[in-house]
Amino acid sequence: MSTTKGAQEIIEAFQEVPQNVKLELLLEYSEALPALPERYEDHPELLERVEECQSPVYLFVEVDAETTVHIFLTAPDEAPTTKGFASILQSALDQEKAETVLSFDESFVDALGITDLVSPLRIRGLQGMLMRIKRQVKEKML
Amino acid sequence: MSFPVESNPRFADYAHPEAIVSTQWVSENLGKPGLVLVECNEDILLYSTGHIEGAVKVDWHTELNHPDNRDYIDGEQMAALLSSKGISREDTIVLYGDKSNWWATYAMWVFKLFGHEDIRIMDGGRAKWIEEGRELTKDLPTTAATNYPVVTRDDSTIRAFKDDVLEHFGKPMIDVRSPLEYTGEKLHMPDYPNEGASRGGHIPTARSVPWSKAVNEDQTFKTLEELNQIYRVDAGISDSSDVIAYCRIGERSSHTWFVLRYLLGIPKVRNYDGSWTEWGSTVRVPIVKGEEPGAVPVGF
Repeated sequence: MSTTKGAQEIIEAFQEVPQNVKLELLLEYSEALPALPERYEDHPELLERVEECQSPVYLFVEVDAETTVHIFLTAPDEAPTTKGFASILQSALDQEKAETVLSFDESFVDALGITDLVSPLRIRGLQGMLMRIKRQVKEKML
Repeated sequence: MSFPVESNPRFADYAHPEAIVSTQWVSENLGKPGLVLVECNEDILLYSTGHIEGAVKVDWHTELNHPDNRDYIDGEQMAALLSSKGISREDTIVLYGDKSNWWATYAMWVFKLFGHEDIRIMDGGRAKWIEEGRELTKDLPTTAATNYPVVTRDDSTIRAFKDDVLEHFGKPMIDVRSPLEYTGEKLHMPDYPNEGASRGGHIPTARSVPWSKAVNEDQTFKTLEELNQIYRVDAGISDSSDVIAYCRIGERSSHTWFVLRYLLGIPKVRNYDGSWTEWGSTVRVPIVKGEEPGAVPVGF
């Protein structure tokens, strides 16, 4: 099991604020999700749909020659919760080594302490995104 | 009733035009005393990204549900909730939200369990308001706490439980989920994850009338004539019917409950909020797969 500096910072940020501020924090993350680079904006077919999410979320993972992982995610503005989750995963895992991402500790999702605030469906959406990121990394390492 | 019924030819034919308002009406009446706007969305962060000025948020997940049991909050909790939102018993509540007002009608249904008199749905919901270029704000309303009375929840009139459904086979029952959920090919809505039912299919004798048949492309409700065709002619429901509607967790069937009860004026309509996540996981209840409603099961 591994974690990342980004993931630790996110967990700390969520754990140090009271429950009612956690949603504000999630909203801040949703607003910070970077836009897709042009090469994906023009080629939506390259992106993978995250079926576990209630809202249309698409992701694409690149692994470069140094085995560094680059994660691209997009979610609609009308779905800020989903977008916030996408942004959190992006911040936690982007620019990390493939082996770190593959062994990334999935209890990260529980450690955020938001399972009481959002519906189980949403949490499953977040887990689904993480699962798909790992799977794409694995495929690209073959 | 504190506000007159909106005079709008689009609503005039509905059985209860006092239960629906247009975005224009909301715009004209914003800020008037006695009117409270309540936004209720599937995405609980959406309100924070911008809402109609003065609207308060109700979170269906954390505020309407009991924190531990699979049930709704009780009378004291509801009194505390509505008081904290600045809502009085006599207020006109206008509800609106995302997803064609699924959660707005769901919140209305929960509020009606406590008998709040004057509740109206904003036709077309949040999407229509935005589509029309109307303003949103991130400013939180300054609401003074009220003293909403403690009212005992009435589960006998508009709410159905599993045992009620077991005695209802053969009487009008509407499955409002998508066709693939009805036939049992999928356990959940297309594009949605499974929410914990272990079997697929539908309750025997329930007719498939997906909730979405009741709305236009802009998420507004269809005309009475169109709704009569769908529910009275095609689904065989009449004023004397005793109807139960269900979906997956009771939110989409709240939408159909609203249509049947307030737009068509069917007096007896109940929402089975346990819905498929309860029925499809319950041991020894009968389930039908495929497109046909199925026969009345024997021995249940």
